[in-house]
Parts: sequence; structure tokens; C-alpha cells
Amino acid sequence: MPGDALAGGFSDVPVQAARAFRSAMQVMARPGRIETMTGAAPPAPMTVAAGVLALTLCDADTPLHLAGRHDCAAVRDWLTFHTGAPLVAAGRAMFGLGTWDALQPLDRFAIGTPDYPDRAATLIVEMDVLQAKGAQLTGPGIRGTALLSLPDVAVFQANAAHFPLGFDTFLTCADQLAALPRTTRVESA
Amino acid sequence: MSSLTSPDAASADPKARQAWLSLLARAPSTSVLRVWNAAKLAPDHIDLRAPEVGAVMVRGRAGAVGAPFNLGEMSVTRASVRLRCGAIGHGYAQGRSTAHARIAALVDALMQTQVADAVRQAVLCPLEAEMSSAREARASRAAATKVEFFTLVRGED
Repeated sequence: MPGDALAGGFSDVPVQAARAFRSAMQVMARPGRIETMTGAAPPAPMTVAAGVLALTLCDADTPLHLAGRHDCAAVRDWLTFHTGAPLVAAGRAMFGLGTWDALQPLDRFAIGTPDYPDRAATLIVEMDVLQAKGAQLTGPGIRGTALLSLPDVAVFQANAAHFPLGFDTFLTCADQLAALPRTTRVESA
Repeated sequence: MSSLTSPDAASADPKARQAWLSLLARAPSTSVLRVWNAAKLAPDHIDLRAPEVGAVMVRGRAGAVGAPFNLGEMSVTRASVRLRCGAIGHGYAQGRSTAHARIAALVDALMQTQVADAVRQAVLCPLEAEMSSAREARASRAAATKVEFFTLVRGED
């Protein structure tokens, strides 16, 4: 039914968007922390956490790249109605959405320039599992060390070595959200 | 956006839909609220997009043929609703009245259902009459100040 693309948005936009933004900021500021996101009902294969994140962070000024199975009519229509974000190729995107395999190769995405390191893409990686075990994280925002199940360790080590350039990553699984900024140093457990 | 419109809307005449959406968008909020309340329509609906206020850039072209320029920003409020029967309505209204935008969306949805004729009589026709009489009053005021210029032949030709 075509109406499905129009349903599934926030019911109380200011409050839900503010809460979701707070959660997104917390997970990015404290890598390894996992928060639960609620309020959106995006079409499959998009998860709830990715949907809430898109509603909160994307608008007409944030080009979005859909990778792999996420690049389908249902997801495109839903994002277009609820966020108005332009759907673009990876090179021009501010956000990339898809599974880890679908997002490869990652060098398609912007990592910023020395003058403007903020002009880097933020990847929203849909995961099958997201839990506080696996790779060991150290760096800003982490007291001692933290653990997080990452799709790949070497890629994030290379990304951190680019600092101050590099992409930032949100990891989503069902309604769970975690993040890995480019500042975090990663070691395999 | 074509894939987002409901089948009813797609089969309806797009020109007609444009006409009533345009009328609802331009009509003064006070008139829309008065006409809507008088019509005693309160369809059961859910908000797909709760009314939200934004700004759009109005662009113009000198004489409608020149290069486009930005005239200025104006406030616009929009809303989308779905009726219980499944009809989806989108409403835009100039200004910041959230009630106006929701009514515009409800009327758009109702115009795609069997009660379209009743809604047209109760809501759209009174608004249309009001808008056209206001337009004529303004035109006649302007016509009263019209000045005819006469130029004497100056002999160049």
C-alpha cells in the first residue's frame, strides 16, 4: 500500500527528535556505550535505530547514500517524505546507510579535507549483532577501555590513523545504537 | 513524489486537485476556519505529518520572462493526514496557522472520497466566492485611481 511510505514517522516531533539527538550525541561522545532508540517505524530492511537516526539527523541539506538492499523504493519513499534528504552517490553523501558489506569500498566516502575535516561522511552501519564485547576501544570519551562488537578492526585502525580526517560511524542493530568516532583507537581483543 | 500519491488521487484530475489546494493555501486563515467550522465536518483521521511551520523562498521573474530572482521568504505551514477510509490528504497554507494547514489536508483527503461534492459545496465554493469578491473589490479600487495619459503629437514623426 503506497500509504506505508507516509506512516512510521515521529508522532511528537520536537520531543522525540530532541531525545533521539541526545542519545546520538551520547553514543558518539562515549564510544562503546549502547542506547535504545524508539519512535520510528521505517520500512524493511531499515532498522528502528537507523530510522530514528535518519529522522533526527537528515534533512534537505544532508545528502544521503543508500547502499545495497537499503536502496529500494520503500526506503527511498519513506526517507523522501519524512526527511526530504537528497539521495546521492557515495562520493557526495554526508551520510551512508547500509550493511557493512554493502557500504564497501569505504574509500568512496568523503573523509574531509585538512582545511575542513568536518566535511566527512558519517556511516550508519546496520549490524546483525551489537554488543559490548569484541574489539577494545580507547581514546577520548572512554574511561580506561571499552568493548564493542565491530564489523572490522583493521579498517577502523586505518581510519583513526587518518585523524583529523576520516569518517565517523554509527552502528545500529534493531533498536540499539552505538557509535565509533574517528578519534577512537581500536585494538582487536 | 508520484509514487507517494494514493491511487484515488492519481486517477483524479490533477488540475482540479491543484485548483482546490491552491485555493486552500491562499485563502485567509480566518475564512478557512469559519467555513470549516460551519460545515460541521469532523472526519476521523490520523496525522501522517503533524502541522509544521517552515519558510519557502518566493521567486519571481520580471514581466514573467526575465531572469529569476529571489523575491523573499514567506512562512508556510504544511500537514498530511490519512482518513479512516485510507484517503491521504496533503495541505499547505500560507502563514503560521497549524489549524489552517490541517483543515487544508483534511479537505484534500475528503475531496478524494464519495463526499467530495458535499465538501465542495460547503467549503470550497464559499471560499472561492469570498476570494473572488475580495479580488474584484481590490481591482475596482485600483481601477478608480487609474490615470489615462494623453500625449500631444510633438512633430518628430
